Amino acid sequence: MTRRKTPEYGFETRMVHAGAQPEPVTGARQTPIFQNTSYVFHDADDAASLFNLQSFGFIYSRLTNPTVAVLEERLASLEGGRGTTCTASGHSAQLLVFFALMEPGDRFVASNRLYGGSVTQFGKTFRKFDWQCDFADFEDPEAIRTAIGPKTKAIFCEALANPGGVVTDLEAVAQIAREAGLPLIVDNTMATPFLCRPIEWGADVVLHSTTKFLSGNGTSMGGAMVDSGLFDWSAVQDRFPGLAAPEPAYHGLNFHESFGDMALTMHGHAIGLRDLGPTMAPMNAFQTLLGIESLAMRMRRHCENAQIVADFLDGHERVAWVRYAGLRDNPYHALATKYLENGFGSVFTFGVKGGYEAGLKVVEGCTLFSHLANIGDARSLILHPASTTHRQLTPEQRDVAGAGDDVIRLSIGVETPEDLIRDLDHALSS
Amino acid sequence: MPEIYADSDILRILRSVKTIALVGASAKWQRPSYFAMKYLQTKGYRVLPINPGLAGQEILGETVYASLADTPGPFEMVDVFRNSAAAMGVTEDAIALASEKGIRVIWMQLGVENPEAAALARAAGLEVIMDRCPKIEFGRLNAELSWGGFDSGVITARRRRV
Ligand SMILES: Cc1ncc(COP(=O)(O)O)c(C=O)c1O
Repeated sequence: MTRRKTPEYGFETRMVHAGAQPEPVTGARQTPIFQNTSYVFHDADDAASLFNLQSFGFIYSRLTNPTVAVLEERLASLEGGRGTTCTASGHSAQLLVFFALMEPGDRFVASNRLYGGSVTQFGKTFRKFDWQCDFADFEDPEAIRTAIGPKTKAIFCEALANPGGVVTDLEAVAQIAREAGLPLIVDNTMATPFLCRPIEWGADVVLHSTTKFLSGNGTSMGGAMVDSGLFDWSAVQDRFPGLAAPEPAYHGLNFHESFGDMALTMHGHAIGLRDLGPTMAPMNAFQTLLGIESLAMRMRRHCENAQIVADFLDGHERVAWVRYAGLRDNPYHALATKYLENGFGSVFTFGVKGGYEAGLKVVEGCTLFSHLANIGDARSLILHPASTTHRQLTPEQRDVAGAGDDVIRLSIGVETPEDLIRDLDHALSS
Repeated sequence: MPEIYADSDILRILRSVKTIALVGASAKWQRPSYFAMKYLQTKGYRVLPINPGLAGQEILGETVYASLADTPGPFEMVDVFRNSAAAMGVTEDAIALASEKGIRVIWMQLGVENPEAAALARAAGLEVIMDRCPKIEFGRLNAELSWGGFDSGVITARRRRV
């Protein structure tokens, strides 16, 4: 299968228009919020066609909703994917993709540098489904290859990892996945498609917590599973029975045979959302669409501000180290230059001289930075991961994830950069 | 290299065609050809199923014919639900029957490509689309594919007439 041709329209145009034509009945230009659960059938045959997935249309908003569909198409367009399934949160997008690919007893290989919540979901909670995650050092290709076994069904990493500022060598990992006949799933939450489009580097599925930069204002939880449509689910017999074998929950329908490159997105709605239920609310889809309308402008500003603040901290006498891929001496600077356009992201970490206690003092000393557990807000945020987001991890896991005791995580907003510097300087000096 | 078609050409074809002969029809409801036939019927097309193994039986209310020659015309489009190699034979039949049956378009399904057959048909004055599904194209260009969360590639600020 071939990679898609370059789209006719530029990123910023698609950011505003993709998926959102004027509403044909009323002419409404902004996407209407279809705050609605269910949809009237024309007749019994229409209903039967819809339930059999033989025609496009709406049945019940647990599966699909017109407002959510606009967001889905927009994300597919921005990531260069075939289709998208939106979900109630980033975590449920992760649940949905593995639910399509895994059977009890199956395994997947994930980078050991991930958002702490993902480490816990994969390493602990997924075990209840009898899914095993093998964590590996993704900077060592041999470690990834060794971790792959006969039951392995997927490879997972973040493009730009939270919080360590680690940039994954996507092309190299995609090559390993291709050799093993496995799909590469990339969480692109931290970079957003404005900085990085993993499908262009060989990813098969891209995931998002739309809660973060895509919605952009800290208003709405949400997630997305964007399928490239390029992975051949039928290449190895019985490897992906959820997608390429008769599905008992759909009268024996084989999704890959019936829907081709649309199989995973169809499965995401017709099985994943229908039977697991983590649907995105229409209002959240609307808020996220509004956020995406300004994604490029915000991300530019987020990245510029982050660079200014990182440079300031790098020269500060109370700061032990700064880990930001935008700094020239950062070990990921070269990979970041290759994989990220338009900036190096807005989330990074630094260490305060004096360790744990000194770190907590800085967090508590800020008055403009909000002390909370989120990233990708228009407001600047500060957090001590070891005592919060990465608390469930062992000290070794925390160190590997870049969330050791002395680490402070910043998510730089779009405020006036001098004000951010003044606030941090004050907190560091007191 | 896959051929690239202007959306306006595909829309013109889908708007001008009324009856479609579907070569490679299936009576199994899970098969893509059955999905396509059912969908095109709901959009107002008459679809005439062709499959020598099922000749004389009915699919979705239509009699199945053994060949294009056996299928009563007029039908303006032949939808090829066979493999790429078999598309040549279907195309040769369609060219021979073009004036008798009113055939103007050869449409080869998603995954079906036969450039030699396409060249032959075009030389005979027929229009050819390859490696596309009329169901997906109809849905894509009428904003229905979008309902499923798929990228239609359509960007427009024009209000659609409903
Ligand atoms: C990189 C990354 N992936 C996934 C998630 C989970 O997303 P959500 O909180 O929307 O479930 C987060 C949330 O912090 C994240 O930062």
